[in-house]
Amino acid sequence: MRTPHRSVLAAVAGVAVVALMAAGCGSSGSGSSASGSKSALTASAPGITASTITIGSHQPLTGVAAPGYDEIAPASNAYFQYVNAHGGIYGRKIVYKFLNDQYDPTITSTVVHQLVLQDNVYAIFDGLGTPTHLAVVKYLNSSKVPDVFVASGCECWNDPSTYPDTFGWQIDYVREGKILGAYIKQHFPGKKVGYFYQDDEFGQDGVKGLNYEIPKSQVVAAESYNPTVTNVAPQVTALKAAGAQVVVSFSVPAFTALLRLNSLKLNFSPQLVVSDVGSDPITLAGLLESFAKQGGATVSGNALTQGIITDGYLPSLGETSNSWIKLMTMIHSKYLSKYPMDGNVAYGIAVGYTFVQAMLKAGRNPTRQDLINAINGGLPQGVSVAPYAYSSSDHNGITGAYMAVIKNGALSPIGPVQVTDTSPTGAITTYTGGQPTAPASGIPSP
Amino acid sequence: MTLLRHLAVAIVVAVVLALISIQIGSYRDYQMAEVAAYVVAVAGLTLLIGLSGQISVGNGAFMAVGGYGGALLMIHLNWPLELVLLASVVIAAVAGAIFGIAAARLRGPYLAGATLMLAVALPTLADQYAGVFGGDQGLSVSINTPAFLGATFPPTRWLAWVTCAAALIALVLLANLGRSRIGRSWRAVRDDEVAASLAGLNVARLQILAFVVSAACAGLGGTLLAVVSGIVAPGAYTLTLSIGLLTAAVVGGLGSLAGAVWGSLVLVLVPSYLTNVAASHGLSGAASSSVPIAAYGVVLIIVMLVFPAGIQGGLRRLFGPAAPAAAVPINVLRRRRPASEHQKEGTT
Repeated sequence: MRTPHRSVLAAVAGVAVVALMAAGCGSSGSGSSASGSKSALTASAPGITASTITIGSHQPLTGVAAPGYDEIAPASNAYFQYVNAHGGIYGRKIVYKFLNDQYDPTITSTVVHQLVLQDNVYAIFDGLGTPTHLAVVKYLNSSKVPDVFVASGCECWNDPSTYPDTFGWQIDYVREGKILGAYIKQHFPGKKVGYFYQDDEFGQDGVKGLNYEIPKSQVVAAESYNPTVTNVAPQVTALKAAGAQVVVSFSVPAFTALLRLNSLKLNFSPQLVVSDVGSDPITLAGLLESFAKQGGATVSGNALTQGIITDGYLPSLGETSNSWIKLMTMIHSKYLSKYPMDGNVAYGIAVGYTFVQAMLKAGRNPTRQDLINAINGGLPQGVSVAPYAYSSSDHNGITGAYMAVIKNGALSPIGPVQVTDTSPTGAITTYTGGQPTAPASGIPSP
Repeated sequence: MTLLRHLAVAIVVAVVLALISIQIGSYRDYQMAEVAAYVVAVAGLTLLIGLSGQISVGNGAFMAVGGYGGALLMIHLNWPLELVLLASVVIAAVAGAIFGIAAARLRGPYLAGATLMLAVALPTLADQYAGVFGGDQGLSVSINTPAFLGATFPPTRWLAWVTCAAALIALVLLANLGRSRIGRSWRAVRDDEVAASLAGLNVARLQILAFVVSAACAGLGGTLLAVVSGIVAPGAYTLTLSIGLLTAAVVGGLGSLAGAVWGSLVLVLVPSYLTNVAASHGLSGAASSSVPIAAYGVVLIIVMLVFPAGIQGGLRRLFGPAAPAAAVPINVLRRRRPASEHQKEGTT
């Protein structure tokens, strides 16, 4: 029943490709006198045709991790639409297909198989989540599918000998834990510190980084949560009972909100320090208000996020004169106005920008390995406040962040950009390199 | 004789499936493997409900038992796949026996309630003992394509072959069991426990045996599914899975092994097809991820309205001999009533 349907589709696709190739030849024929070195665009790899680059992703569009994170892939797609409208990547348009995995590793496995085997994607881009992506990292590497810019700061993506085709992007949780930990050590000396973290590699990596910096004697409690169990009252009670004065949270936004609301209920008000992934002020405020409403209470989201300490590795949204924020705001208002301009949208646009950087570097007719080689050769710093770590022996992404505090629903930087490594003793230093300004075209130069 | 006939059919089907798997693309092979894994689990359940007249809303939990058991054996002891599959059958059968002993005392909705509890409670053990079971992240499992097939042999085709072979063996055994003395005794118990008991059948033992068989099948299906998806994680074995298995058994046609195949095809292909349709119509985000679930429900309702005895029952009615013999109406789930009402149910 499906075979005739498919063959019709194949025929239509075939005709379309021939037509496009004819058109492509026509234009390159006329353009060749201007720039003679340009070769014709070919179907150089799976997912790449003369006119398109198809990439795929798994994203939590529904479920516990969806609030906030469901904006990321549409934001990347908005940036790709912008790039497509301005010449594409060497003339090819990016087709971005992201499927819902509900933050459930088993569904991740199914949808990634579908993307690779049925949709024939060139690469998996920005697959979101530590537990989810761990389910497919082996498969992607054994199938030699580029697995670029995983949306998770797990150190697990930095294993070039086992996973040569996988690259992280955002600051890894160990580096982030170290930067947060060093801040706590310096600004809250002698205070009792409690940890609240997701019980998987995401939370555990963060705790590892924190422990590198915070003296053991200061840590009075370490409570973990499971993302499928939304009752965190026991953990918050334990943190309160241990007398924690500072609570560091490596949590997804929904659980940061649950931590905050449960603390409020127990009349427990420690200084909250939250990892970047769980601290977007706009997402948090929305979650706090909707959770409280479900419980029959009314709260002001912004009042409850006031004073939360966190960190950032992209320019702060409040810096409206920053060239990158200007670019993001422009793309947001043009392609994505149904979402708020928040940290998740910024994240999606930023990681999309990095992908375009890498694709341009991979060349006009790239194979899958060309993309891997391009990133292994290092990418210039762009949208992030600190440089990337990428090399053939290091597949971590952004290497630093600045400390910030949430004020009136927005992130306000309270320190310089600091960079460090993932080792227990590696120093944390202030980064003086600054950040390049965004290209006027909004598209990185090849 | 029956065994020989079933074997002959299985061999023909195996050849046909092998030919199909070579023709279709990698992703279809992958889906074929998924279907085969579900077929095993659904077949066990359809036998339990259709033949022995007991209900289980918890067979997803037995799939978890098999899946985790198999994964642990592969990871820690490096057992070869065929041994792992056998072991997962045994492990799940033992779990089924323990639960079946308790379940044999329960009837109808109470039995459903008890099995429901199992489906809800068991997967959380993975989080309780995260050190062994890997918590929410689960354990990753992978099998290698044997070297003699060559380096270019698609891994998903090998997956399809392995799972289809296992499913066919299981189906042949189940088909024989269903036609054996035990199968006949199950039917007797299903139709009237008192009469069966008066005829000298040990009702409790037969019911426990049915539970063991269905759990063993679920265990095998669970391990196959783990091998196919490359992971065992609690998220895979939620209540939704148990209900899905029950749905597949009912939609396919209770008591019919061919029905188990139809049901599994619906379980795997309909949601995936609907997701594609939703995506290709430009529905984005939450909308496109909710539409398939809603449409799936509509499909189920339509199938049950058009074919009350399931797909296999409907096919028999349309193409087969007059009497809908094997497909059991859904009211086997109810406690048997006196014979007069029986008569009425049988003829509708």
